[in-house]
Amino acid sequence: MNGSFARSVQLVAVREVQARVRSRAFVVSALILIGMVVAAIVVGGIVGKATADDTTPVAVVDGVSLPSTDGLDVTTAQTAAAAERLVERGDVDAAVLPSDDALGYRVVGLDDAPAEVVAALSVSPDVELLDPDALPGGLVYLVALAFGVVYFASAVTFGQSIAQSVVEEKSTRVVEILMAAIPARALLAGKVLGNSVMAFAQIVAVAVAAAVTLAVTGQDNVYSMLGPSMLWFVGFFAVGFVLIASLFAAAAVLVSRQEDVGSVTTPVMMLVMIPYVLIIVAYDSPTILGAMSYVPFSAPIGMPMRVFLGTAEWWEPILSLAVIAASVVVVVLVGARVYENALLRTGSRVKLTEALRG
Amino acid sequence: MLDIRGVTKRYGDRRVLDDVTFTVGDGRLTGFVGGNGAGKTTTMRILLGVLQADAGTVSIDGTEIGPADRRRFGYMPEERGLYPKMPVAEQVTYLARLHGVDRRTAAARTTDLLARLDLSAHAGDAVEKLSLGNQQRVQVAAALVHDPEVLVLDEPFSGLDPMAVDTVLGVLRETAASGVPVLFSSHQLDVVERLCDDVVVIADGSIRAAGPQDELRRAAGPAAWELLVDGDVAWLRDEPGVVVREFDGGYALFEADDAVAQRVLRRAVQHGTVGSFAPRVPRLSEVFREVVR
Repeated sequence: MNGSFARSVQLVAVREVQARVRSRAFVVSALILIGMVVAAIVVGGIVGKATADDTTPVAVVDGVSLPSTDGLDVTTAQTAAAAERLVERGDVDAAVLPSDDALGYRVVGLDDAPAEVVAALSVSPDVELLDPDALPGGLVYLVALAFGVVYFASAVTFGQSIAQSVVEEKSTRVVEILMAAIPARALLAGKVLGNSVMAFAQIVAVAVAAAVTLAVTGQDNVYSMLGPSMLWFVGFFAVGFVLIASLFAAAAVLVSRQEDVGSVTTPVMMLVMIPYVLIIVAYDSPTILGAMSYVPFSAPIGMPMRVFLGTAEWWEPILSLAVIAASVVVVVLVGARVYENALLRTGSRVKLTEALRG
Repeated sequence: MLDIRGVTKRYGDRRVLDDVTFTVGDGRLTGFVGGNGAGKTTTMRILLGVLQADAGTVSIDGTEIGPADRRRFGYMPEERGLYPKMPVAEQVTYLARLHGVDRRTAAARTTDLLARLDLSAHAGDAVEKLSLGNQQRVQVAAALVHDPEVLVLDEPFSGLDPMAVDTVLGVLRETAASGVPVLFSSHQLDVVERLCDDVVVIADGSIRAAGPQDELRRAAGPAAWELLVDGDVAWLRDEPGVVVREFDGGYALFEADDAVAQRVLRRAVQHGTVGSFAPRVPRLSEVFREVVR
């Protein structure tokens, strides 16, 4: 009996995967998500590089020696007049002319003081950073956004698809044949498993695409910062999605028509949406992140974020994962009960309390 | 032999099945008749384990059955349904495998069954692309593909076009002939009368009559006879022991015991040419009206 249960689950899961792969909507949305992540990394890399390579064109009269030409694109002019002509023509932002004062040169601009040139030629005091490993705020925000968007998009896509496939079986009545062949629990388990595998595959694909893009665009340093948290993200998502998928299935089984799926899955949608909004709004709040990293629905983004920020102890992701796993067990058991009791009740919406009572 | 004994089911305070007891013999086509809401579908769902009974047992050859046995049942629910976007052959194979048939056998049976049901040309089409009649045939294939040991069909003829009715009829006869107990429900009493060996009548959740069709029909009323002669049969009214039920020129329908009927026949032959003379067994619809009342 147990062998046949496992085989039934496997058959249902494989069918779910096939149905998903065949659906054009699924393929397109997966490609769009991957495309968005790749594009964000490529654009981020180009912008970053452009800022770093930015140099100011400057004309320097022959014979003037500068302490440093960092950040300057030097054009050598034979005379002061030639250098000033270059400034007037707009070929350079400033000219450096010989001078009699202590420095031995002066800067000529066109209509305002050429700040970059002045800064490049100025002497700066040494700066010591007490927290040299701190991450740039922009990058932290981007990473928070990326985790949030990928989690949200994947959870919603696959949560909706499992909800729709549950209702499809009810609305087409095929469910009665299925129930005559296999236990309702096997059907639920197979659907959750199949959709979780697909969601997981998509997350892995996104992570691989992100890693490859970072490597190809020469942003290896970002990759080494992001690597561990990306791995945790994938791991957390694998467990966390089972939770979400079970909730979507248990919610969807209460109705019999595709039109009603939206209303009945709204509370589950909120559970996915709130962490997404929180991570974007409060990515720099240690308190909120700390709480998020242990709440089962937000931990898949909260904990990897803390790993990325380096604020999580080594054991924290493991503990959080255990919390999610425990809640998965509870939700799956309750969800299976709702599923079994509501599966054959077509027509009007089944009340949750009735479905729990049986 | 499928044996249903003392099955009771309540929904809240409403008792939908009350001590339902009947048998479906091996190789017997058994018709399950009753009005809407009488409890046919509920009984069948309990048979299949799709619903749980509050009391009672379902057994095969004296052994109570569990979920593993039920996987070997074939079932066609009243609410027809298949995956609309799944190709026909793949779907039938999938359902066979859910019933525990291995991959190769499932594929072979699917090919064979689709050929028998005239569906081979549509094997690769999505179910939703098929005509309604062909979708019904796929449904029949889904009920039979795992070579069931018991076949249960809920209203297999409703919504079928005449061609599909013949196909389903043929398949039911073949299946029963191979020794499988076949139970099917129907509103169409004429179909049940034409097809069934045994009949089970249910009303308000309890079994009102069950047994071989001919016995039930014979037991339903006094022996009656139909007589058709050239000329007039007005003389019949004066025959002792005869109750004339209908009378129209040369035709009469009358009640009489066997001896009286033979005497009437002899007189009819003396009077003129006898076109036909036959016992008239009550129709199933009459039996039904009688026991359901």
